[in-house]
Amino acid sequence: MRTAVNTGEHFMTGDVACAEGALAAGCRFFGAYPITPATEIAEHMSARLPEVGGTFIQMEDEIAAMASIIGASCAGAKSMTSTSGPGFSLMMENIGLAIITETPCVIVNVQRAGPSTGLPTQGAQGDMMQAKWGSHGHYEIIALAPSSPQDIFYQTIMAFNLSEKYRVPVIIMTDEMIGHLSERVIIPDANEIKTVTRTLPKGRKDRFKPFEPGPDGIAPMAIAGEGYNIHVTGLTHDEKGYPDMTVEAQAGMMERLVGKIRKNRDDIIKTEGYRLEDAEIVIVSYGVSSRTGLAAVDEAREKGKKVGLLRLITVWPFPEEQIRTLAAKVKGFITVEINLGQIHHEVERCAGGKAECMLVGHPGGTIIPPERVIETLEQHF
Amino acid sequence: MGKTKKEIIITGFGGQGIVLAGRILGQSATLGDRKHSTLVQAYGPEARGGACSAEVIISEGFIHYPYVRSADILVCMSQGGYDKFISRINDDGMLLFDSDLVKVTGFSGKSYSIPCTRMAEDLGRKMMANIIMMGFITSITSTVSSEAARSTVAETVPKGTEEMNIKAFDKGYDYGVAVLKGIQKKAAGKAGA
Repeated sequence: MRTAVNTGEHFMTGDVACAEGALAAGCRFFGAYPITPATEIAEHMSARLPEVGGTFIQMEDEIAAMASIIGASCAGAKSMTSTSGPGFSLMMENIGLAIITETPCVIVNVQRAGPSTGLPTQGAQGDMMQAKWGSHGHYEIIALAPSSPQDIFYQTIMAFNLSEKYRVPVIIMTDEMIGHLSERVIIPDANEIKTVTRTLPKGRKDRFKPFEPGPDGIAPMAIAGEGYNIHVTGLTHDEKGYPDMTVEAQAGMMERLVGKIRKNRDDIIKTEGYRLEDAEIVIVSYGVSSRTGLAAVDEAREKGKKVGLLRLITVWPFPEEQIRTLAAKVKGFITVEINLGQIHHEVERCAGGKAECMLVGHPGGTIIPPERVIETLEQHF
Repeated sequence: MGKTKKEIIITGFGGQGIVLAGRILGQSATLGDRKHSTLVQAYGPEARGGACSAEVIISEGFIHYPYVRSADILVCMSQGGYDKFISRINDDGMLLFDSDLVKVTGFSGKSYSIPCTRMAEDLGRKMMANIIMMGFITSITSTVSSEAARSTVAETVPKGTEEMNIKAFDKGYDYGVAVLKGIQKKAAGKAGA
């Protein structure tokens, strides 16, 4: 294998499909620290990146791994890291740095059961709120949740494209089950893969302001070392990138950081419906739990219950409108997730009392069987 | 009525190539026979030396839930694996096992055995027991075609060992064919009596 796009039909794990998706998206720098169950992503990248002229570095820890992908991105490379729970916690501070410096990069969290070291080899979906609020300060971020190896291939490309377009770190919130699940993955020809690359600046290099938004609200990003004036800091800064510790500068910067995501929700948010047309009860799920949801929908339909599935492809920003619209016409929601209630609370918030909201949760370590969803359905609806 | 979906658990010790056997099965079905297949592997310290398993589902359509809920086929290459997983086989399920390594107690369903580890030792490669078992699974259960399984074995094993592994696969396959013939003969004999 020498080409970046591994065109063909494969039987591969979610972790390997994620790495192949990154390569197809144009990722050429990967810095990570190995951790179960994300190690196979790093392992595959370490073999593949040198084949396509990219760089793989095993960093000393996850704090450094996150820092390395920010640096590589500032130098013009599309960059990614992968980790799991404990490493994800260590990355939080530098994820904040990527947000405030508006540095495109992709973080893959192959979730395992926590807190702390938890169950290193067994999956969960307990980091969903951490993906949204884990770093300090108020911000908006993009997080995606793939439900199969084929899905993670495309979502990794989508993650890079959104990251490059909006100059924001994008987190792929997968789980051990999808990471280690092998299934058919079809990788198309390179010319069928749509990739997005950050807007580069034009004009005089000495007058360049690295944080001056373009007409789309996003500032063009210069490659460090090409002569443009660049100053990058974790402090609140002005359009030149210089520290400006004033309430006004904070307000302007925050409006841009938060606004670029909130104003583009329609472009960013993707969901997928299954048998939703006449559904009275909607299962809301994401990641491996949406596979439970799919099976539960068919089994409930066989019992004559009108049930559908709303699968969240984008988890953050949360698909508020989609839930609100459904809440106006359905009896209830059942959120299925391998935690004890995270996205469930978002669904409840958006349903606004118009539909009953139930949780089928799990403390972690295994997938939720469809029977549990059917039980809840029969008991409450 | 033949089920269009087959749920399979392969189990044994860590190091016997259980996950590789699962991979060959899933990949044969997916890329060779153009069906849908999922492979879930038990992973982690509990899998090394202890009971290790691979769960494979093969179906004509997209598989919603990729975990085995009740096994149509259980393949056991260790006593520990048998003890841990025998309760997950369904009423019509088939048990396949290594006759030297597994003692079957309290199971009255369909079962088929092969001394695959001893056969692998006779071939000079104990580590090929899983490939012999793959051949046996292929002829006994017909869940994958022999063409798909043979070519997947050749693609999956380390370079330079293809010929040896195909030979091992064929040993297991032929053993299975003979076992089935024996059962048929017995049945015909009974019917004639």
